[in-house]
Amino acid sequence: MRYSVFSLIRNAFSGHTDWPAAWREPEPRAYYDTIIVGGGGHGLATAYYLAKEHGVTDLAVVEKGYLGSGNVGRNTTIIRSNYLMPANTGFYEWSLKLWEGLEQDFNFNAMVSQRGVLNLFHSDAQRDASARRGNAMRLNGVDAELLDREQVRRMVPLLDMENARFPVKGGLLQPRGGTVRHDAVAWGYARGADQRGVDLLQNCEVTGIRVQDGRVVGVETTRGFIGARRVGLACAGHSSHVAAMAGLRLPIETHVLQAFVSEGVKPVLDQVVTYGAGHFYISQSDKGGLVFGGDLDGYNSYAQRGNMPVVEEVMEMGLQLFPAFSRLRYVRQWGGVMDMSMDGSPIIDRTPIAGLYLNCGWCYGGFKATPASGWCFAWTIAKDEPHRLNAGFRLDRFATGHVIDEKGAGTTPNLH
Amino acid sequence: MLLLPCPFCGARAETEFVFGGDGSVAPPPEGENASDAAWTEALYFRDNPRGAHRELWFHRHGCRRWIAVERDTVSHAILRAELLVPSARKDGQA
Ligand SMILES: Cc1cc2nc3c(=O)[nH]c(=O)nc-3n(C[C@H](O)[C@H](O)[C@H](O)COP(=O)(O)OP(=O)(O)OC[C@H]3O[C@@H](n4cnc5c(N)ncnc54)[C@H](O)[C@@H]3O)c2cc1C
Ligand SMILES: [Zn+2]
Repeated sequence: MRYSVFSLIRNAFSGHTDWPAAWREPEPRAYYDTIIVGGGGHGLATAYYLAKEHGVTDLAVVEKGYLGSGNVGRNTTIIRSNYLMPANTGFYEWSLKLWEGLEQDFNFNAMVSQRGVLNLFHSDAQRDASARRGNAMRLNGVDAELLDREQVRRMVPLLDMENARFPVKGGLLQPRGGTVRHDAVAWGYARGADQRGVDLLQNCEVTGIRVQDGRVVGVETTRGFIGARRVGLACAGHSSHVAAMAGLRLPIETHVLQAFVSEGVKPVLDQVVTYGAGHFYISQSDKGGLVFGGDLDGYNSYAQRGNMPVVEEVMEMGLQLFPAFSRLRYVRQWGGVMDMSMDGSPIIDRTPIAGLYLNCGWCYGGFKATPASGWCFAWTIAKDEPHRLNAGFRLDRFATGHVIDEKGAGTTPNLH
Repeated sequence: MLLLPCPFCGARAETEFVFGGDGSVAPPPEGENASDAAWTEALYFRDNPRGAHRELWFHRHGCRRWIAVERDTVSHAILRAELLVPSARKDGQA
């Protein structure tokens, strides 16, 4: 069924009780041409583009929990393409372009809101760095505007501009950046894939990867063995131990990141704002809650919950920027576990095992990448070679020295 | 909040420590002669276990010693903690 204003009106007359299920719940078949492991944003987007762009419909997505139970439903929903390194700029800009047409493309309201992402700076040196980044973005065809103090003050009236230690000196704005309703992204891709014949297998955990003579032949799951000619891994925070089932070792550590939501209030913040003197970012959801987050907890963790020191630190940084928010109660908090790669950039590539493909290392910036990641991973699987846009995200770049380290932080996954 | 049992100072809050990463990684023996592949493994590749993880912590606001801790990365239970003593090199040099 196509969602439209007419289907909405029609179903209003039956009290919204006759909507068909958005996707089927099929039993696993014994064999698929291609299996995607992980029903998060990237896995579902990959399945969608494999079916839509490459006609691969003998395809299943295998998810250990329910669709969207991982990071795709846990992130702070920020999308942007304000990168500096050439390997990243083209890729993330393609992702933003896909976001811009996504709702029409998959016929689902994902509430893509290009409200602007504003990165504040607090010193002359930071202003220079922002100008450089803004110029690099514009040279690459990405939108960027350098705002002075007064422009920032007018745009974000609640900001404390006069913080004694870190006064706000201005900001770099990407007007096309913004937020997207994250669950709707998973649901929209899932529904679009299902409509094209893709089987979405939930509560089906992959427990082994079967390899014969250097070729993948299928996956062991909690619902039995499923054969396949090609297997693509998109397991976000769990990539290391899933890849280990095929004997691969990855340049990745798993870390936890927390997110927070306050009680709902009237509109007070129109953009996404990030702090330049600490790690803090904030936006206001359409329900009115302030959605914010900061740093990783800092040590390896597979626990989908965080610890107190970071809670305290995030609150402190938030109040440095917005003292008025000290009156708000925060009502919800959670954590998600992510692949922190050794250079802070992702991997979309083939592997030394024929028919096995890898999509991992998204750190805490993988939500914005969802459309392009699915699009490029689908291409890589369908053609057995990377697309130009993900050609830099190779697994062997760590051996050859072609690392993509935006921050220049080195081999410290907890600091990227 | 993690409470890390420092062998010198007793149980202390994680905020007193700096995380030093995976403690099972050893630099390739005889540095300069090691192969590129050995260096790549040591610098970039990790087991990243879901379970017991041997890791290093520096007690910055305490005794300022490095300790090796074994911690479960799912439950955060601390399984073991010991002082990190650099092992002597085979050729007898410091
Ligand atoms: C708190 C937080 C805030 C974030 N904020 C942002 C942000 O503002 N902007 C941004 O761009 N990014 C953000 N991110 C990062 C982003 O959410 C992730 O990089 C991205 O969602 C990862 O890709 P995914 O959606 O495919 O992951 P997931 O949704 O985690 O998908 C992976 C799936 O694999 C499944 N799986 C794992 N192991 C197995 C197995 N053995 N068998 C079967 N299935 C398995 C999991 O259950 C999971 O559903 C944030 C992350 C967190 C945690
Ligand atoms: Zn101590």
